[in-house]
Amino acid sequence: MFISSQRMPMPSYTLRVNGAARQVEVEADTRLLWVLRDVLGLTGTKFGCGVAQCGACTVHLDGTAVRSCTTQVSQVGARAITTIEGLSPDGAHSLQRAWIAEDVPQCGYCQSGQIMSAAALLARKANPVDADIDEAMRGNICRCGTYDRIRSAIHRAAREG
Amino acid sequence: MTTSSSLDRREFITLGAVAGGGLLLAIYAPRVGGQGGAEAPLQPNVFLRIDPSGVVTITVARSDMGQGVRTALPMIVAEELDADWGSVRVVQADAHPDQFGRMMTVGSTSVRNGAWMPLRRAGAAARAMLIAAAATKWGVAAASLRTERGVVTHEATGRRATYGELVAVAATLAVPETPVLKEASAFRLIGTSPPQLDTPDKVTGRAAYGMDARVPGMLFAMVVHPPVFGSSVKSFDATRAKAVPGVRHVVKISQGVAVVADHTWAAIKGARALDIVYENMEFTASSADIFRSFARQAEQPGAEARRVGDAAAGLASAAKRLQATYEAPYLAHATMEPMNCTAHVRADSVEVWAPTQNPQGAQSLAARLAGVPVEKSTVHVQLLGCGWGRRGSTDYVQDAVETSKAVGAPVQVVWTREEDMQHDFYRPASHVRLDGGVDAAGRLSAMTVRVVAQAISGGRGGVDGNAVASIADTPYAIPHYLVEYGRAENAVPVGYWRSVGPSQNTFIFESFIDELAHAAGRDAVEFRRTLLAHEPRMLHVLNQAAEHSKWGSPLPAGRARGIALVEDKGGRVAEVAEVSLERGKIRVHRVTVVADCGQIIHAGIVRGQMSGAVVAGLSAALYGEITIENGRVKQSNFRDYDMLRIDGMPEVDVHIIKSAEEPGGVGEPGVPPIAAAVANALFTLTGVRARKLPLRAETFTAVGDG
Repeated sequence: MFISSQRMPMPSYTLRVNGAARQVEVEADTRLLWVLRDVLGLTGTKFGCGVAQCGACTVHLDGTAVRSCTTQVSQVGARAITTIEGLSPDGAHSLQRAWIAEDVPQCGYCQSGQIMSAAALLARKANPVDADIDEAMRGNICRCGTYDRIRSAIHRAAREG
Repeated sequence: MTTSSSLDRREFITLGAVAGGGLLLAIYAPRVGGQGGAEAPLQPNVFLRIDPSGVVTITVARSDMGQGVRTALPMIVAEELDADWGSVRVVQADAHPDQFGRMMTVGSTSVRNGAWMPLRRAGAAARAMLIAAAATKWGVAAASLRTERGVVTHEATGRRATYGELVAVAATLAVPETPVLKEASAFRLIGTSPPQLDTPDKVTGRAAYGMDARVPGMLFAMVVHPPVFGSSVKSFDATRAKAVPGVRHVVKISQGVAVVADHTWAAIKGARALDIVYENMEFTASSADIFRSFARQAEQPGAEARRVGDAAAGLASAAKRLQATYEAPYLAHATMEPMNCTAHVRADSVEVWAPTQNPQGAQSLAARLAGVPVEKSTVHVQLLGCGWGRRGSTDYVQDAVETSKAVGAPVQVVWTREEDMQHDFYRPASHVRLDGGVDAAGRLSAMTVRVVAQAISGGRGGVDGNAVASIADTPYAIPHYLVEYGRAENAVPVGYWRSVGPSQNTFIFESFIDELAHAAGRDAVEFRRTLLAHEPRMLHVLNQAAEHSKWGSPLPAGRARGIALVEDKGGRVAEVAEVSLERGKIRVHRVTVVADCGQIIHAGIVRGQMSGAVVAGLSAALYGEITIENGRVKQSNFRDYDMLRIDGMPEVDVHIIKSAEEPGGVGEPGVPPIAAAVANALFTLTGVRARKLPLRAETFTAVGDG
């Protein structure tokens, strides 16, 4: 990759983000995380590691949790992107209510990713047991150590709907 | 008895004007640990505002990194004010050189040193003025009125008025000089767990951390820093970096080379494409070299940090004597939000958005770098995606201000995780030699401790207090005791890591105390009780930990308990860990935490800080190790610097001692005991003593692997 590409027109992508079509002009390998944050201004999705090791950047593609920091924009295609901002219209998703009821966040930086991972889990397993939670959530680091309340909140959301 | 608070000579309260007819109280309080001397001009450092609508706004001048000051500090005001918690709002103060006193948010000090009494007086003064306003309005005695949840009531006549309805009159009244404070028994809010003010924004993605600052026209930058400690950029070729679509500028700044682009991804790609030549690469040490040099230094006496009696004679006459050497590695902070800062340098001013524990340091640095007076340097304190002491430094602010100045536009500098991990101010590695003796009755009679580690701060008499913290100032009564410190020097930058010295020293000291208890043939709790007979609060914490953990009761086969305690930053914490070895892994099943932090403000926050501290300490104990190779850090990301995840989370049973003593520290004192509690449990389980962190399962697997 030398100078030749510099004058080429930037590729254009139409993304479906939180129900709306958004057109972006970025290089094909641009990671979805930075498209969301820096191009579209959706800063709820966080940068933690850049290598899919911490889960802070978790979003949904057609309801499946993915790490946006390693997802190239050209790989998204027509799949529906859901970020924390679009998880519910009014911030009242069962998990968001449960997160408040259990007072989960400390610094809160990882919690967008935690909630998105948990939402994908609940969508495919309405009543997860602890082992399901371990499996679905072990990719999400919380440096503050709120894991016990994350677990309680997922159980609460499953219980209360 | 009601606490009557006579304001000390340097503290007073004034009324301020508010557009729209509200009540604004500015509290002038003595600064604690501030930079100015006694003759420095007084400035208000607490602001409390009540609007006609009834909204109570409290300015918080400390940084929130998850420890909850943005909820806890307003609670203190709201308690004395008898405000309705639902109408309380919080405003984050921008940096100011002296208006708010010391804004540096470190050392678990926000409540205990900064805010407790001034915030109470602010709330109490406002409440008294609102009562006086109602008394005037209704022509009744102030003493006949009572307040509750933002309303003043005259019971005899059933009249009531909201605070909002009273502020206009209250604002015309004199500020009471000696506002009457509540007794602890009358607290209705303090000690409970009202909803935290920031939680709704944190679950919807609205909460604004450092990296979420958005400024019109801003560019995004990545900085490449020299990999070897002490090295610098000699030259660079930006041709390939500038060829990356979206890259606008490549500039050399003091600490490295910044690639500035339309978005962070382009900056990352540009940074990867940089060809940089470094110089001053003289530091080539490895961790093995560093620990060897520490060991050599430990052969020599160090500076005296604590002396009681005659340790040499005490050891010589001991019935039993034990010697051991312990080591702890460097640790990175690895805050979830990597280092970042947004800056806009203009011709005559600079504006900074920083997730910082050190707003005033950021402000003065930005002013100096931008070449403007400090009044023209604005620092907006964003939420911090963890702090842990890392953000008390301002190197990331320097990167942003210099880059913005160089390119003439607002710039957000973000460090990659790799840059963050390899350019930290690390928890100091240490090498500690201990020599202890017990008498014929099995009591600890003498001990010497020699700590070798780099210094974080200058300290006094050649002793960095951080390096010997929780050893030199142990609450244990040791009849003959000598603690020495050997200051090590090398190029690895060291800094403050959540709970600082006690985080590694408590592993070392409390493991060795456990060794001595075993050598004396005594129970680990009982051995410590003897040493704490003169420390009733710490002793109570120890006894409660033994009771709640059912210390001494039978456990399932393959499990064992261990205990450790610390007195740190005004908090007293004991932790009991219940562990096993399962399929070649150390498994911590249950941790009992008993904490005496004096008067607590928000019970849920305190419990969360304690269980979170256990996670922090376990991550360090089971995973944390930064190693140096060829003068640089080997680890680069969570792949090789992993931490506890949800599947390793133990059941944490937190017990807070009910207390009306002065508030103590909360955010840090829960961290230190856990590593030793786990190591002590593993010794009981396997008979193998671990004297090095992190704890590795293979050290213990000879026994007990199920």
